[in-house]
Amino acid sequence: MSERFAFVNARLLDPASGLDARGALVIEKGRIADFGAHLFGDGAPGDLPAFDCGGQCLMPGLVDMRVQLGEPGEEHKETIRSGGLAAARGGVTSMVALPNTEPVVDDVAGVEFVARRAREVKLAKVYTYGAVTRALEGKEITEIGLLSEFGALGFTDATRAVADAGVMRRALAYARAYDQLIVQHPEDPALADGDMNEGEIATRLGLHGIPVAAEVIMVERDLRLLELTDGRYHAAHVSTRAAVEAIRAAKARGLRVTCDTAPHYFTLNESAVGDYRTFAKVSPPLRGEDDRRAVAEAVADGTIDAIASDHSPHDQDSKRLPFAIAAPGIAGLETLLPLSLALVHDGLMPLLDLLARLTSAPAAILGLEAGRLQRGAPADLTLFDVERAWRIDPDAFVGKSKNSPFDDHPVQGAVLRTVVDGRTVFQTES
Amino acid sequence: MTAPAPESLPARFPHRHLLGIEGLSADQITYLLDRSERYVEVNRGGNKKSSLLRGLTVINLFFESSTRTRTSFELAGKRLGADVINMSVAWSSIKKGETLIDTAMTLNAMHPDVLIVRHPDSGAVKLLSEKVNCAVINAGDGSHEHPTQALLDALTIRRRRGRLEGLTVAICGDILHSRVARSNIYLLGTMGARVRVVAPPTLLPAAIERLGVEAFSDMTAALEGCDIVMMLRLQTERMHGTFVPSIREYFRFFGLDREKLQAAKPDTLIMHPGPMNRGVEIDSEVADDIDRSLIREQVEMGVAVRMACLDTLTLALRGEAEAEAPRRAAP
Repeated sequence: MSERFAFVNARLLDPASGLDARGALVIEKGRIADFGAHLFGDGAPGDLPAFDCGGQCLMPGLVDMRVQLGEPGEEHKETIRSGGLAAARGGVTSMVALPNTEPVVDDVAGVEFVARRAREVKLAKVYTYGAVTRALEGKEITEIGLLSEFGALGFTDATRAVADAGVMRRALAYARAYDQLIVQHPEDPALADGDMNEGEIATRLGLHGIPVAAEVIMVERDLRLLELTDGRYHAAHVSTRAAVEAIRAAKARGLRVTCDTAPHYFTLNESAVGDYRTFAKVSPPLRGEDDRRAVAEAVADGTIDAIASDHSPHDQDSKRLPFAIAAPGIAGLETLLPLSLALVHDGLMPLLDLLARLTSAPAAILGLEAGRLQRGAPADLTLFDVERAWRIDPDAFVGKSKNSPFDDHPVQGAVLRTVVDGRTVFQTES
Repeated sequence: MTAPAPESLPARFPHRHLLGIEGLSADQITYLLDRSERYVEVNRGGNKKSSLLRGLTVINLFFESSTRTRTSFELAGKRLGADVINMSVAWSSIKKGETLIDTAMTLNAMHPDVLIVRHPDSGAVKLLSEKVNCAVINAGDGSHEHPTQALLDALTIRRRRGRLEGLTVAICGDILHSRVARSNIYLLGTMGARVRVVAPPTLLPAAIERLGVEAFSDMTAALEGCDIVMMLRLQTERMHGTFVPSIREYFRFFGLDREKLQAAKPDTLIMHPGPMNRGVEIDSEVADDIDRSLIREQVEMGVAVRMACLDTLTLALRGEAEAEAPRRAAP
């Protein structure tokens, strides 16, 4: 792409400003130079190189606030490069990696490593969280100040809950000095010691059940600690009605709490486990239908601020195991947008609201200059067809791991092109 | 060998494997029980050995130690003339378990005809059955199912009471972790018996009543009017403050003794899948009561049931599936 370039005949969508209009967008030196409905009068952009979008949707690139990239340590499952390709394919232009790598990102070297690798790979922008506690052991807090200075976007013990209330209290309070976010995996570990949602299906399958209370108990405890410390708290992958209601009430009380969920929590319920289908094993587990519906409604009404893929790539060997010992997680980067669009196609929420959950809202939570169309901002863009119907085929994923329960799942909406800093990092063949 | 095509499976039991009771029809259960009856007679007769499965290879693959079940299957296979091989595999779920699929593939390459598998993880036997070409019998997977145990229990009851339908059966003990309980709940429910489960609330799984049973935590109330009392084994590591506080407390409230048994029908029968923890879940006096206790009979029925299962699952292989098809009325 040349220094100056235009997308014309696009349906410009900017959830942050509410823009939804036919128009054009000009990129200059990797940044958005201008955009709008009447950019070139009604005529052509002159001799400026232009791409005719054919009326398809052009929006800020997706911001995925929860991914695992396998690098360093589990490069057979995913790398920053393969994860970057998967992100590009999924329309994701910025993503935040969890620190549960090997070694754990609990010191500045880890943060720098991820940043350097991302610069070399030059696909989607990759940020990282720092660990809340050293080695994710839940005991001693990390150098939150230094890590944030080196670019850590928030702090989390990844797929582990910070279980000790004293440690959580100190983390929330200490992080306040640097205005840093604490992201919790909200499950009480003692209650979450199981394989799937507690109930009839778990009982029939002879699997250990995880009660709904495991989530809400941790969320409610953390909200009390938040009140005590006046910190900033984010609950990841909320999966239950009870937790949604607790967060809704806390927001009404004015606490600085945000939360996200992943598409599988509003797309599937526990019956997806079927006959020990390990691809449907996730942490927290898929819940009952009432919880699934509550999560979808909470995304629609904004109680759930953001949708993240919770991309958890796993190789065959980690999944072809008895259910209880199979690794939890779904490779979700490439299906984030089409699965989420179902909420729009099903009439639960307007398109712009949904796109906000995938762009401006997570960017705001993370304090990232991303997720909105803005003159002078980096040209991170996603062009997509909101109507195109297709079926998900995990074998066709470009990421290294194909663990998805959405094999043959019908979806509507497809990413056509992904642009990072003005560079096209993904484009469909046609 | 290669797997039999679905159309060559016997019409009255059209399954390649026996992975569980859930999903079997009353007809199919009756078919297996009727077939087992024949083997009870054979086993009691002078000439126990047949050559029905001559030339076929049966592998007992046990990822969890077991003496009774393994011996019972071994004897069943040998009495039918099969070549029986026992394999024990040390299994720890901490050590990542590629070994399961690996072991399955390795054994499959040796062309067995029937694999009998026990595994400590629920669903593991089904997973393995998807990777091999032969018939698989689930000899117990985690807390999921133990179908031959439920069949032998049903055969024992049916021989004593003449039926299963309409009986009230109380299953007592560690329902949460018990595959025996689940298989029995499915079988007895399908055959029209009323099932009650009895346990301290910590050992009752969530939503158990959705499996069509009544749940109790008061043993005397649960035993009232029961025809059959089925006791389950409680593993000792669950009796020291994890699920129940102590052995003596468990025995006091959930152990079967004369006093509690008075609530049941006067002719109630007592069962236990073994091995028993005397003085924990069952009092010796009750266990050894020859008028009431069916425990030794259960062991005997076990061999017959396993012979019937081996026989049934190899019908297609022996080219006898057709003969088992129900006779059609002449046009």
